[in-house]
Amino acid sequence: MKYVTEYRDAALVQGVMERIRRLVTRPWVIMEICGGQTHSIVRYGLDQMLPPEIELVHGPGCPVCVTPLELIDKALAIASRPEVIFCSYGDMLRVPGSGRDLFSVKAAGGQVRVVYSPLDAVEIARQNPEKQVVFFAIGFETTAPPNVMSVLAARRLGLKNYSILVSHVRVPPAMEAILSAPANRVQGFLLAGHVCTVMGYWEYLPLAEKYRVPMTVTGFEPLDLAQGLWHTICMLEEGRVAVENAYARSVTLEGNRAAQETIRQVFEECDRTWRGIGVIPMSGWWLRPEFAEFDAEKRFDVEAIRPQESPICIAGQILQGQKKPRDCLAFGKECTPEHPLGATMVSSEGACAAYYRYGR
Amino acid sequence: MSDDPKPVQLPAFESPVCPVPLPHNEQIVLGHGSGGKMTHDLIRQIFLAAFDNPVLRAGDDAASLEIAEGCLAISTDSHVVSPLFFPGGDIGRLAVCGTVNDVAMLGARPLYLTASFILEEGLPLSTLERVVASMKAAAEEAGVQIVAGDTKVVEKGKADGMYITTTGVGLRRPGRLIGGAQARPGDVVVLSGPIGDHGIAVLSARGELGFETDLQSDVAPLNRLIQVMLDAAPDLHVLRDPTRGGLATTLNEIARQSGCGLVIHEAAIPIRPAVLAACEMLGFDPLYVANEGKVVAIVPADEADALLEAMRRTRYGEEATLIGQVTADPPGRVLLRTAIGATRILDMLAGEMLPRIC
Amino acid sequence: MCLGVPGKIIEKYERNGMPMAKVDFGGVVRETCLAYVPEAQVGDYCIVHVGFALNLVSEQEAQETLALLRQIADLESELGPPPG
Repeated sequence: MKYVTEYRDAALVQGVMERIRRLVTRPWVIMEICGGQTHSIVRYGLDQMLPPEIELVHGPGCPVCVTPLELIDKALAIASRPEVIFCSYGDMLRVPGSGRDLFSVKAAGGQVRVVYSPLDAVEIARQNPEKQVVFFAIGFETTAPPNVMSVLAARRLGLKNYSILVSHVRVPPAMEAILSAPANRVQGFLLAGHVCTVMGYWEYLPLAEKYRVPMTVTGFEPLDLAQGLWHTICMLEEGRVAVENAYARSVTLEGNRAAQETIRQVFEECDRTWRGIGVIPMSGWWLRPEFAEFDAEKRFDVEAIRPQESPICIAGQILQGQKKPRDCLAFGKECTPEHPLGATMVSSEGACAAYYRYGR
Repeated sequence: MSDDPKPVQLPAFESPVCPVPLPHNEQIVLGHGSGGKMTHDLIRQIFLAAFDNPVLRAGDDAASLEIAEGCLAISTDSHVVSPLFFPGGDIGRLAVCGTVNDVAMLGARPLYLTASFILEEGLPLSTLERVVASMKAAAEEAGVQIVAGDTKVVEKGKADGMYITTTGVGLRRPGRLIGGAQARPGDVVVLSGPIGDHGIAVLSARGELGFETDLQSDVAPLNRLIQVMLDAAPDLHVLRDPTRGGLATTLNEIARQSGCGLVIHEAAIPIRPAVLAACEMLGFDPLYVANEGKVVAIVPADEADALLEAMRRTRYGEEATLIGQVTADPPGRVLLRTAIGATRILDMLAGEMLPRIC
Repeated sequence: MCLGVPGKIIEKYERNGMPMAKVDFGGVVRETCLAYVPEAQVGDYCIVHVGFALNLVSEQEAQETLALLRQIADLESELGPPPG
């Protein structure tokens, strides 16, 4: 595959990693913000090729894992209704709400369908006019342009039976929450390459400046990640603060303007709860009032569902690299991969799930 | 009667009843599972016509088989697949090959199969005929006979077209121990060809995720390949077909059964470009995607060359290759040397594989 | 967070008033929405996320990056073989 295979070249990756080993003079804590990057790092074992001085902290950038309990419970309530076909990205199906997941709703007779694209959900709505089709619109900035386009497509097609359950989050406010915490340890960031493909990286310049933290826009293949680490460690060692772009084949400073405008046309900023972290001000998006008719929360009257997140879970501090899973009172007791409390146990690459699985 | 197979022409009614049942020449109806004349006609004209052999023709309640001395190997498997027909195969070929392969993985020579059909009311008879013809072809290819069977019909909506359960019986040479627990440190791991074709071909044929590919399922009877392997590697320790759960799950089973460690080299595992591309798109790991015509073998290192050479001369082993070693450490675990030269634990598949966005 | 895969646009068309394309990911073809890259042409590579092209891949930047990486990784010419 062009633009994929070249970036898995073992000799080049090893060369860049060797270069990093020779460059490092002292310990650094670097966070890869994006769950997709965490996945690549674990899958290829890149973290094991790093010198011991470099500590990688896996950030809160998996939209599936940070979707709050409240929205999962709302999804479960909507998906259980007989008139509803509930469409979702596949990885959302096994995320547990208060006691159940979408798989169990499906097993109990609910119509739950995995779709690859939100336009597939619009098509299902078109083909099933007697049904209410609800799409679980989760995601970071990358997934926002597809999700909002499904609303515009439904409006253009005059569909009255399509709505979306919105759980959209944004990266910069989450990074600001991490950086402004008094106990923050993160000294450098790998920025999420596909978020920046849509949004550009201009938003991060003031953030890097304000907190004096170097950042590198980074892709997802092993060589991309090695390059992102190389840039970030160079800046750290030189005492330089900037936002550099190590994913230039995909990302520009300004990003995709058309996509950004379409997001703003349909969504507006709002406060969002992050699972295991809590509310981060203005960290999410929801539908603008002029698109309220597409809001599944309003259509199905689930706004009253407000479950409590676990008070013992310390996923937020673990995500910020301040605490280890074993510091948590619930670890391995109330909280296991089968019954997770927070984001770090929900995701298979989450720190808690990994500690649990490998007995680390 | 069935010595002279004709195109299916089911009789117009069962017996002198009033009202006379309508003819059902085109689709399965509940009467086909009644146990009465319609059932008998269905068996005679479709199943017996295709699978004809003296044991089946005897028409008794059970098949009576004369066997040479040795150990019996028995395996049973239910086959459920949507769609019933997919590029490279169908539920019938799958039902024969799946069970033949399970028996063969013990080092046994599969001889006989039984086949039990759950048919959904409304299933076109032409569909059933196609599936049965495909089973006949697969059984002939594998050199096994289908000697007993059963048919039940369930109401519309209670089954996904049809389900087939097959049981296979084979003979094993006594004294030769083949199984997951036999892996020993110093052995090597051999794989018969590229992985993931079946899982991706079926997923693509299902059409729900909207992607197109010309991939074919690898579903195939492996018993002839296995015989070649047994002859080429007299001290072969393990044979296992990596079906559901994929290669990674099979390797983990072997590691757990034997208490040995396995070290697998990712770069050595053959994967077709289209399988890789589909996996990239959906966020799947090809190591967990199903196969239906592949075998993992574990043999002493000094038998590996002869084994590979013999496998590569066969139809289903052309792309056989060495993918790893058996070690003492870590006990019961599989380690993967990744494509970029790092090492990580390769785990079993947890839960169902779902397309990811993240 | 976001699986994005580069693929080549092999056919453009319109569906329900939306610019669409068939995109080839190396043996696998999937319908993709081009609403956010209206300038895309057949033969271009784009990054696709959940059925949408998010951008066009820059071949020039890709080549420059690879050249830079080869330079970074080329230790022997500059520093000699690794110690030990």
